[in-house]
Amino acid sequence: MIYQGKQKIWADYQKEIPDNHWFYVRSCIRQNFFPGAEKMFLEICRNLLGRDFFETEYHTTCGGIAYHCDTIPQETVMTIVARQFALMTEAGYENYVASCITSFGNYTEIIETWREFPELETKIRELLWKACRREFKIPKYLAHASDLIYKYRNEIAARAKYRLINRHTGEPLKAVEHIGCHYAKMFPSRGVGGAEYPYVLAGMIEAWGGNVIDYPERRHCCGYGFRQYHVKANRGYSLSNTHKKFESMEPYHPDFILTNCPGCPYFMDRWQYVIAETEGKTYGENGYGIPVLTYEELASLVLGYDPWDIGLQLHQVAVEPLLDKIGIEYDPKAKYLGLDEKDLMKPELPGVLRCC
Amino acid sequence: MKENILIIGGGIAGLEAAGQLTELGYKPIIIEKSDHLGGHVADWNCLFPDMTPAQEVVGRLISRASDANIFLNTEISFVNRLKDSYNIMLSNGISIITKIILFTTGFSVFDAARKEEYGYGVYDQVMTNRDLEHWFNTGDDRRVNDCAMNAVGFVHCVGSRDEKARNPQCSKVCCITAIKQAIELKQKFPEAMVYCFYMDLRMFGKKYEDFYIAAQRDYGVRFIRGRVSEVSENIDGRVIVKAEDTLSGKPLKVTLDLLVLMAGMVCSPDSTRAANMAGLPLDSDGFLKSRDNVADIIESPREGVFYAGACTGPKTVPETLAEARAAALKIHLYITKGMK
Amino acid sequence: MDFGFKISPSSTINLDLVDTGKFEELHRLEPDVYKCMACGSCSSACPAGNFSGMSLRKVILALQRGKEKDAVSMLKNCMLCGKCSMVCPRGINTRHLILSVCRIYGEDQV
Repeated sequence: MIYQGKQKIWADYQKEIPDNHWFYVRSCIRQNFFPGAEKMFLEICRNLLGRDFFETEYHTTCGGIAYHCDTIPQETVMTIVARQFALMTEAGYENYVASCITSFGNYTEIIETWREFPELETKIRELLWKACRREFKIPKYLAHASDLIYKYRNEIAARAKYRLINRHTGEPLKAVEHIGCHYAKMFPSRGVGGAEYPYVLAGMIEAWGGNVIDYPERRHCCGYGFRQYHVKANRGYSLSNTHKKFESMEPYHPDFILTNCPGCPYFMDRWQYVIAETEGKTYGENGYGIPVLTYEELASLVLGYDPWDIGLQLHQVAVEPLLDKIGIEYDPKAKYLGLDEKDLMKPELPGVLRCC
Repeated sequence: MKENILIIGGGIAGLEAAGQLTELGYKPIIIEKSDHLGGHVADWNCLFPDMTPAQEVVGRLISRASDANIFLNTEISFVNRLKDSYNIMLSNGISIITKIILFTTGFSVFDAARKEEYGYGVYDQVMTNRDLEHWFNTGDDRRVNDCAMNAVGFVHCVGSRDEKARNPQCSKVCCITAIKQAIELKQKFPEAMVYCFYMDLRMFGKKYEDFYIAAQRDYGVRFIRGRVSEVSENIDGRVIVKAEDTLSGKPLKVTLDLLVLMAGMVCSPDSTRAANMAGLPLDSDGFLKSRDNVADIIESPREGVFYAGACTGPKTVPETLAEARAAALKIHLYITKGMK
Repeated sequence: MDFGFKISPSSTINLDLVDTGKFEELHRLEPDVYKCMACGSCSSACPAGNFSGMSLRKVILALQRGKEKDAVSMLKNCMLCGKCSMVCPRGINTRHLILSVCRIYGEDQV
């Protein structure tokens, strides 16, 4: 691998990301899967780094899941998105940042479509007006939330309590980065680093002290694939894609996987359990899995937040081996204690995958 | 004869035209941007289909053109169009007034790094057709020397027939070049598996099909119809290639010690620049536009400006030489008939 | 544990795993087997092909892709009429080739 070759490509795909004043929209599903991630994004950006991030309780889904499952027409998705843009306009913002990769892809695709077919934009403006008497401006800048953490990566590194260094060996941790398909595959120029060698997560890992692993199936889909998972008859395809990725990264012995999509960390985390139960195979050390983190969770960990406060107990794959390698202090007994020491109750332990 | 004839480009087209014009009694001027004559062919090792050493061909051309005025390391700074002639300022400070310009500006090799998915410049074991010729010439390339060479792949149509690379045309010579290079590698590494990944094989020239049959039958080169979609590097530094085996309708992958990208031909930026200065149009394929693509390929739409070789589109060596001869004759007739 | 779904088998041909030993043996007997350029003349002219799925083009390909059983089962439908050798533009002695494939890859050998 020629690192300079990648740097050359990264230099070609630098996107402009304004530093401040963002209108933030959440993902439909992330708060259920990784409840700490979005909260920590706002905590870090607003409270720690002092930036202005606005969010409103009136925003809805972007329609992406229904769109990718072929259950609603494109005009409907566009009108939903137009309403989101209207909320941004009404709040006085021009920079729009989405927590979800599919939303980000959806917004990018719609803005591109309107650029190519202005008559469609006119039609959607009419539809939105008829539906809810709103008007909108197209965002001046569109970003995915990982673009922002990438932008702030060095500030985060400067405040970090921990580095991504294995404290037993002194070596940088080996990290797999996995980019959501809709981040840049449709519009490579809209992603930091492009689509073939995306830099958005790799940049964070490097800034925080880790080493990025480039393994053969790096670009492969996590396996979620909407209909592959949502239709049970297709669910085997979803699992097979994830399995393919794990088989490919296995020889590199990654310490963790970093993701920027709602679906990817979920499936790469949960399918490790299913693969363990059906195939008897685990990919981490000593029967554990490979911990899968969102970029907000990783940022929070290096910044020294308590692992249980940021929701890591909701992961299927135990994160403790990773915490131990980094040297993060945690209280094993507090893992399943919620706010005000409320007992969240312990989940049943899997048969094969070791989970502490 | 004192008529000035300016030949832009000292590749094989420029040299051949200069040689012919010298024999017809003229003293043409060749300007060449690099420090040597012979262009791309001078960097090549052997030429299909008879494995003629490229140096022999170039050497003969250079010796025949030796009476021409040759300026190396020289480019055109600007062109003034006068009433019926051109005042051309060169980068060496010399200015030339001429009524006759021959463009033999050739092509550029497509920058294979632009096909990011193939990982040229990123993965250790990926090279281009041109790099391989360099290795044939010098034996110096760690990509070939430092590995086991059990399996080698050739990717056809890299940056050719590719609308996304803004190069929809066929580069014409890469199919046969891949076969030539595959055979040469097989001769050097008889135990290696050699695969060619192709979309179509375009064996249009004299003895090309024989060469193809020899590659199959005598050398056992394996042809897989399917365009490589993605290349990655595995843990031991070898490359994994994915393609569809379109003949069986199944996805296919294979691990290779070396991957050779058949980078195609694109119009050289210098060619475009010189054409802009002289007020010459480009064709829809990005190469220089001829007066007529069937009957007048060597004539530009402008009086007194002629073309030869790959500046008007991908060409083989014999095609280029034939055009250079034709252009020399055309120029001679143009002069003798009183420039009309 | 049964989840009602499982890892699907991959249809990818992995050339790293294909054992080419028998094909090399075939090649020694039938050097022309490499000359096939998959034009499909043999298959379109084959009287058995219309009804049974026999295709000499596919047989040659399948042998090189490690799908020897598929190849042999296709060949069972061959009637050795010789039409394929009439139409092959590369002059491959297809009948002789079919018999050699049967000898090397015949059921007891696969």
